[in-house]
Amino acid sequence: MDLSLMIESLPRLLEGAVLTLKLLLLTELIGFICALPLGILYANGSRAARTPIYAFVYFFRGTPLLVQIFIVYYGLAQFDFVRQSVLWPWLRQPFVCALLACALHSTAYTTNILRGAIQAVPAGEVEAARACGMSAFQVQRFIVLPIAFRLMLPAYSNQAIGMLKGTSLASTITLMELTGVANTIVASTFQPYEVFIMAALIYLTITLVITRCFKYLEYALSKHQRPLKSSAAIPGQVRHAD
Amino acid sequence: MTADLFQGWGTQLFWGTMVTLKVAFLALAAGLVIGLLVALAKLSSSRFLRAAGDLYTTCIRGTPELLIILLVYFGSTVALSAALRWIGGPNTSFEMPALGAGVLALSLVFGGYAAEIFRGAFLAIPPGQIEAAKAFGMSPLTLFIHIRLPLMWRYALPALGNIWISLIKNTSLISVVGLEELMRVSYIATSVTRSPFHFYMLAALIYLLLTIANSLGIEWLETRANRGVRRV
Repeated sequence: MDLSLMIESLPRLLEGAVLTLKLLLLTELIGFICALPLGILYANGSRAARTPIYAFVYFFRGTPLLVQIFIVYYGLAQFDFVRQSVLWPWLRQPFVCALLACALHSTAYTTNILRGAIQAVPAGEVEAARACGMSAFQVQRFIVLPIAFRLMLPAYSNQAIGMLKGTSLASTITLMELTGVANTIVASTFQPYEVFIMAALIYLTITLVITRCFKYLEYALSKHQRPLKSSAAIPGQVRHAD
Repeated sequence: MTADLFQGWGTQLFWGTMVTLKVAFLALAAGLVIGLLVALAKLSSSRFLRAAGDLYTTCIRGTPELLIILLVYFGSTVALSAALRWIGGPNTSFEMPALGAGVLALSLVFGGYAAEIFRGAFLAIPPGQIEAAKAFGMSPLTLFIHIRLPLMWRYALPALGNIWISLIKNTSLISVVGLEELMRVSYIATSVTRSPFHFYMLAALIYLLLTIANSLGIEWLETRANRGVRRV
């Protein structure tokens, strides 16, 4: 092990990690915004609305992310109308292509997770909301979606970690994110262990931070489900939780 | 019609798909063994084995598959060259074959995920089943092979099916180190025919066919594994 190389390569790797994080955050942001209406439609919509969403989700979940990235980056350039369109200055950039492919991939997974969570909302809660006279919109907005959001968190955190690992594929279309930088350093020094292990440690740290954030979010959102403080549990001394 | 669809690349794509399947099944076999061993380590009474198992699954599940493939491919080339020099061989660099490196890397990944699934499945076995087997006088080995393994299998199957599908998709990453599987063949085809959208879409559809066929296979395995379970 060459420790000095590990320390020497750290600044460049961290620079790559910044790009990785940028790609990940934008991917998850776009993915979540797009998945929100799709997931609601997928869970509640008519068959005509569900079928195209089903096909979309099935395609993006059933094919490798690498193929999706290549279709966007290399594939779209095959068509003249794409190259002549106003979007071409963006679509020729590897970052935009990686972001587009990753965001579509993320949308498909998140849509499926959200649908599962909406369907897992206890029927009694919905019935109670209707009995209170809530409109269909109010039921979704104030009852179903908040509960579904909490229920989807564990699966969503897995999806976010999967997406973090997915961003490494952007290195195949010349984007210099963490894996891309590591690969470049290895190509010039040919000391794969030091550099790749250093990159792996950075990925592990990011994974750990993501896991912690979701754990905290889950904890914060399930306040009403936690047992009361021990003094309140004594019979006859029942106190309301604050 | 078919000639037009494949533009003369049908045979290559077929053999590329075969290489993809070969890598996937080899990594599955090795990965199941790794997963089972690591799961047993995580469940063992030795604190050292438990810590080692936890370290393994945490590291594998927190790093990108692509990075692991690159590490194994370039790392094993360096290690093998050093080993060759050490035993007095020629001072040349020995290149690890992409197939071997890819299978090794993907089985390490599969093993990491499978270990967590197996661990959970072992813990899900109702204690009464184990007690009953002990009451029959089964030796620990008999109990493991005839009671624990088949029962664990039933609990593990749905989750194993998911990581098997991921494994099939992850084989595409080995194309990065030059193995001529489906993805690499499509890449070569696009550089000749200059129709990337067509060939990558074709590759995507072949992957889709593989994942659909395998989901059906897993469903069949699940019904088979649950044939002894009473339905309410």
